[in-house]
Amino acid sequence: MSNEPIKLAAQHVDLWFGKKQVLKNINITFPKNIVTALIGPSGCGKSTLLRCFNRMHDLSPDAHIEGKFLLDEQDIYNQKISATEVRRRIGMVFQKANTFPKSIYENINYGLKINDVPKADRPGIVEQALKESYLWDEVKDNLDMPATRLSGGQQQRLCIARTVALRPEVILMDEPCSALDPLSTAKIEELIVELKKDYTILIVTHNMQQAQRIADKTVFMYLGEIIESGNTKSIFTDPQEELTTNYVKGHFG
Amino acid sequence: MQLAQREQIDKVARLLFRTTGLLVIAILGGIFLMLLWNTVAFFLKVKPMDFITGTQWNPSGSQVSYGILPLLVSTILVTFGAMVIAIPLSLGTAAFLSEYAGKTLKNILKPVIEMLAAIPSVAIGFLGIVVLGPGIAHLTGQSNGLNALNGAILLSVMALPTIITVAEDAINGVPSSYKEASYSVGASKWQTLIKVTIPAAAPGILAAIMLGVGRAIGETMTVLMATGNASAFPKGFFHSVRTITATIAIEMGEVPYQTTHYYALFAIAAVLFLITLAVNLIGEHFVNKYRKYQEA
Amino acid sequence: MSKKLASILEWGTLLISTGTVCFFLVVIMWDIISKGAASLSWDFITALPTDGMTKGGILPAIIGTVLLTLITALVAAPFGISCAIYLNEYASDNWTTRIIRASIRNLAGVPSIIYGLFGLALFVQGLHMGTSLISAGLTLGLLSLPYIIITTEEALRRIPASTREAALAVGATQLESIRDVVLPSAIPGILTGIVLTLSRAAGETAPILFTGVAFYINNPSGYLNQEFMALPYHLYMLSTQHQAIEQVRPLAYGTALVLIIVVFLLNLSAFYIRYKHSKNE
Repeated sequence: MSNEPIKLAAQHVDLWFGKKQVLKNINITFPKNIVTALIGPSGCGKSTLLRCFNRMHDLSPDAHIEGKFLLDEQDIYNQKISATEVRRRIGMVFQKANTFPKSIYENINYGLKINDVPKADRPGIVEQALKESYLWDEVKDNLDMPATRLSGGQQQRLCIARTVALRPEVILMDEPCSALDPLSTAKIEELIVELKKDYTILIVTHNMQQAQRIADKTVFMYLGEIIESGNTKSIFTDPQEELTTNYVKGHFG
Repeated sequence: MQLAQREQIDKVARLLFRTTGLLVIAILGGIFLMLLWNTVAFFLKVKPMDFITGTQWNPSGSQVSYGILPLLVSTILVTFGAMVIAIPLSLGTAAFLSEYAGKTLKNILKPVIEMLAAIPSVAIGFLGIVVLGPGIAHLTGQSNGLNALNGAILLSVMALPTIITVAEDAINGVPSSYKEASYSVGASKWQTLIKVTIPAAAPGILAAIMLGVGRAIGETMTVLMATGNASAFPKGFFHSVRTITATIAIEMGEVPYQTTHYYALFAIAAVLFLITLAVNLIGEHFVNKYRKYQEA
Repeated sequence: MSKKLASILEWGTLLISTGTVCFFLVVIMWDIISKGAASLSWDFITALPTDGMTKGGILPAIIGTVLLTLITALVAAPFGISCAIYLNEYASDNWTTRIIRASIRNLAGVPSIIYGLFGLALFVQGLHMGTSLISAGLTLGLLSLPYIIITTEEALRRIPASTREAALAVGATQLESIRDVVLPSAIPGILTGIVLTLSRAAGETAPILFTGVAFYINNPSGYLNQEFMALPYHLYMLSTQHQAIEQVRPLAYGTALVLIIVVFLLNLSAFYIRYKHSKNE
């Protein structure tokens, strides 16, 4: 597994919100076509780190970032590449399903439209994306229905479909199942494992069982620092650090 | 569209949005400079002391004088009268709305207040002439009821919705734990309102009053129509008065441009501007105080 | 017993305050509706004034007010929305932003007659537009600006950050996310604010006094560079400046009623937009 090439990396990253330092000296690499789980107690900076990779902090004026983020060894905060391009190559699925207030079809089509995908190709891509997210059979007769009428789990799968339709290289997922029931969660987990074949996936999760079920690698963070990272199995069965031991055994968090 | 092109458009749009933001500063600055410029032109012709301490406003008589005092005193008199009426009424109503009225009653009263706020000032001034004026004249035996009292009553009607709405927000914002603490030591609803809720909401209520004062001082049409506009030094509520706003409205239409009289009208407008600015700043001070207090 | 009496008195005080406020509205509405209704007729709203303003209708004043309000909207809405977008979507918390916000709050407190002076100095004289519909419309536009900015920013603030992020995450630029996602979601709130602001502008008199309004014009065609008639000014003139004041009183009442109907119709449409939107959510 360690033979896989490095897709994404963070080097010497520090991040402040105003005067508060939220990330401290982050150094980490993410191999290609692997699911990596970011775990840790609330406020440890795992979501903040995730959002750095598609430059979501660009919108918060008080965020200050130092260090490097590399996508295929290219610095994604470099002047040569724009936030828009980064976000197109690194997709993101959010904690709460944030479908657009548009129809199901338009939710996927919107990204294709603005990214200049030829008009004739769009219906096929929408269908394909819905199939890849196991949503096609449930919605194929109602593509003009407002997306907000779908169930929470369906909406989240629509958000994933919207993301995969653009064929990104990396998909970031910020606790995508935290607002969902167990059945919807199971469906999305199945989907993530399936997507791994084509994408590099980073997932933030609170749910340690989930991390063990779907992640190949796991990174444990605490108070803005990476405490330990490695194969999921070894992190959960044979952690090297005391903090990790306490966390995975459920002593805090 | 190509990505580079889209990003170019994005940058241009950002610049455009920012420009409109900066233009807002320019508008306030423009108003300020316009007043300053014309006031300076006025002071080149009339001594500032004569303006500030003069007790006669007589720009067109044989003995020309530009004393702001009668106008200023008129403005203060009418505003003061309006507040004497509006403050108790609005506080009573605000307290009733937030502490006593049920949901149904609230749903009736809120639109009433919004409707009152929506009535144009010229319509209220009109009623000052046709309803309130004759009423006051009948009570006092004067020939018409166009005087400071009439203007004060009308202004209070105009200030009521503003003060009620903001004061009610302030009273609503008092944490219920305060009231519960008061009830738990055996205080009645009224005692709690007077001794706990209103004092706790005081900064918000003061901000509401300041908003009402600012509204009353700057109001033109109602006072223009209802106060009689006699330019003599004001003698009391039952006499005709002429406020700063009414003076500008009456005289600016007739005065030739760029004369001393023209500049004089900008000078009194500058005084009006400074007064409303001060009132708004005081109001803002109370709003900030209220916010901090709520966060604490 | 005395305790009960005290509580009735206390409660009564608040009730009387509230009752007085309602009484004011009832008196205003009753007087204008009961006396204005007699003058209200199809002719009154579709005919020109005749016989030295003592007879006839108020059509030019209605047209003038409608055109004036439209110009106000065309000036203030794009400007105000743009400024609100800057403040809510782009501006960081720095000195410039704070000065812009302070300016908006202060502009909202500037007396309307001072806007009239500013319009006179800037548009009528400075930019040589003369006393005209466009000068008055621009002046009212400036007056309306701070209210539109404040209400639009409130509407934008209610749109959650996740909505913006959704668009950005599929590769939209910030402008595209605002145009395609944020504004469509905020439009009911923005419209409500604009219509309420316009209902105020339609009733304003002081800012148009020196910038273009006239008591009577022969030619009610509403050219931008000409003087115009307006309902609030018409009411003011009929009730204070006319030679035969008692004779034209019914016309004044009719004008007052039409003005109030215009203003309330605008208010009602704002509430309708708000209501319809709250149902959709």
